[in-house]
Amino acid sequence: MRICVDADKCEGHNRCYSLAPELFEVDDLGIASALNDGHVPAGLEAKADLAIANCPEFAITIVEE
Amino acid sequence: MSDRDPSDMSPREGCPVHDWATDFDVMDEGYIKDPAPVWEELRDKCPIAHTTRWGGAWLPTKYDDVREMARAAPTLSNRSPGVIPPAPEMRELLIAEVKEFGSELPPISADPPEHKPYKQLILPLFSPKAVEEYRAFTENLANELIDKHIASGKMDAAVDYAQQIPPRVIAYIIGIDPGRADDFTDWTRGIIELGQTDPEARMKYRRLIRDFFQEMIEERRDNPRDDAISKLMAAEINGEKLSDYSVIGVCFLLLVAGIDTTWSSIGSALWHFGTHEDDRKRLYAEPEILPTAVEELLRYYSPVVMARRVLDPIKFGEADMVPGEKVIMNFPAANRDPDVFDRPDEVVLDRERNRHIAFGVGIHRCAGSNLARMEMDVALRVWFNRIGEFEVTDPDAVRWTGGQVRGVRTAPMRIKA
Ligand code: HEM
Ligand code: SF4
Repeated sequence: MRICVDADKCEGHNRCYSLAPELFEVDDLGIASALNDGHVPAGLEAKADLAIANCPEFAITIVEE
Repeated sequence: MSDRDPSDMSPREGCPVHDWATDFDVMDEGYIKDPAPVWEELRDKCPIAHTTRWGGAWLPTKYDDVREMARAAPTLSNRSPGVIPPAPEMRELLIAEVKEFGSELPPISADPPEHKPYKQLILPLFSPKAVEEYRAFTENLANELIDKHIASGKMDAAVDYAQQIPPRVIAYIIGIDPGRADDFTDWTRGIIELGQTDPEARMKYRRLIRDFFQEMIEERRDNPRDDAISKLMAAEINGEKLSDYSVIGVCFLLLVAGIDTTWSSIGSALWHFGTHEDDRKRLYAEPEILPTAVEELLRYYSPVVMARRVLDPIKFGEADMVPGEKVIMNFPAANRDPDVFDRPDEVVLDRERNRHIAFGVGIHRCAGSNLARMEMDVALRVWFNRIGEFEVTDPDAVRWTGGQVRGVRTAPMRIKA
């Protein structure tokens, strides 16, 4: 599974980072990016899914199932 | 289509509402106490309601509509984000000031392109990392408040606890004396609660706060400190230092935005647990669900509403908006939309999929959201750790405040260690 944060949509709510710090990092302005070039390590798919479902800006998408 | 003069308050203020779709009143007592039934009715009947009260305003109740409107800057402008428009004298003064100095309370009162640089100046103060540095201070504070009351067996969770935490934390961050928290709280209520319908109070407290920060600036002019005020004084936007007017505006916003809001969210959360035995027992038994519980309580009790001012004609659904009108960014109603949330009118403490917008969406996303979440987390964690049993003594004695910020203002409880 591979995910991506759309930097134009992200407004820094930090929901992704607090739900799945293994998958995201946020900068000082709160803007998120996916760690590991978006590759979700096996076993963390459910966490990625939760982050997607909680992002108020619909900024996180799945680029590869 | 003629522009509506926003200072022209309709003569019906105070009259009962007969039809919420065409005549809603956000200051109506019953609405402040429990707005959800009104929203439910409106979503079916007229999802973007209109009123001529308070100078004319629109009230969306669907999640998608609120999101779309939040993203319609600057046609829907933040230049006057108060839910109730200022009285005529205040309005004149603001227009003159803004012409001379720029936005009054940036970033909340600024539109693009003025908005972004101000937002970027303050965001680092509230990043997840920065906020963790205020956690120990907040924990000490919460523990001290409980120490003070625990032996007496009773405590007002709103007045003695929720209300005490945010002003001290935000004072600590801004670099002003947390010992003056009671003053800061009074000033904030003067603006956000009293000031909504009392123009003299609004003017008076505005003066007090602005004069106070002017003094803080003078104290730091030759001797900068390691605090937010000094950082703002040293900051530049487009190669230019901020004027005193703008530094004061940002500090004013941080103070006021940080107090009423978070106090309301902590107060409502404790009120909820104090009146819902099942949820109270559940959190004692499963403390690990606190993070989802905090989000759920933010969704359900969403304390904050902001407004936009229509600058150019614009249409959403059937709503034809006219320049000069207000649009009420009804984040709380969006968070109860059954098209988005299962069982929207129930508190589900372990709701995992929760795309609520209690902190807004789009460019004006609450700058203090990480801080507010940390304060709620600490306040609830310490409360449940230190207090073994509690309950609201008289559910009818609760008082809610509303308009811009909705929250519990008194919640007397019986408590036991
Ligand atoms: C539970 C507590 C809080 C809630 C529910 C809340 C909610 C909101 C909302 C809904 C907005 C967006 C307004 C809009 O779209 O016009 C906002 C903006 C803002 N909030 Fe909060 N807030 C809370 C606590 C705080 C705290 C603790 C601070 C810290 C200083 C803060 C600072 C701000 C600022 C500076 C803005 C303006 C951001 C901008 O215009 O870009 N808030 N808040
Ligand atoms: S939850 Fe969404 S908006 Fe928030 S930081 Fe993550 S990607 Fe950005």
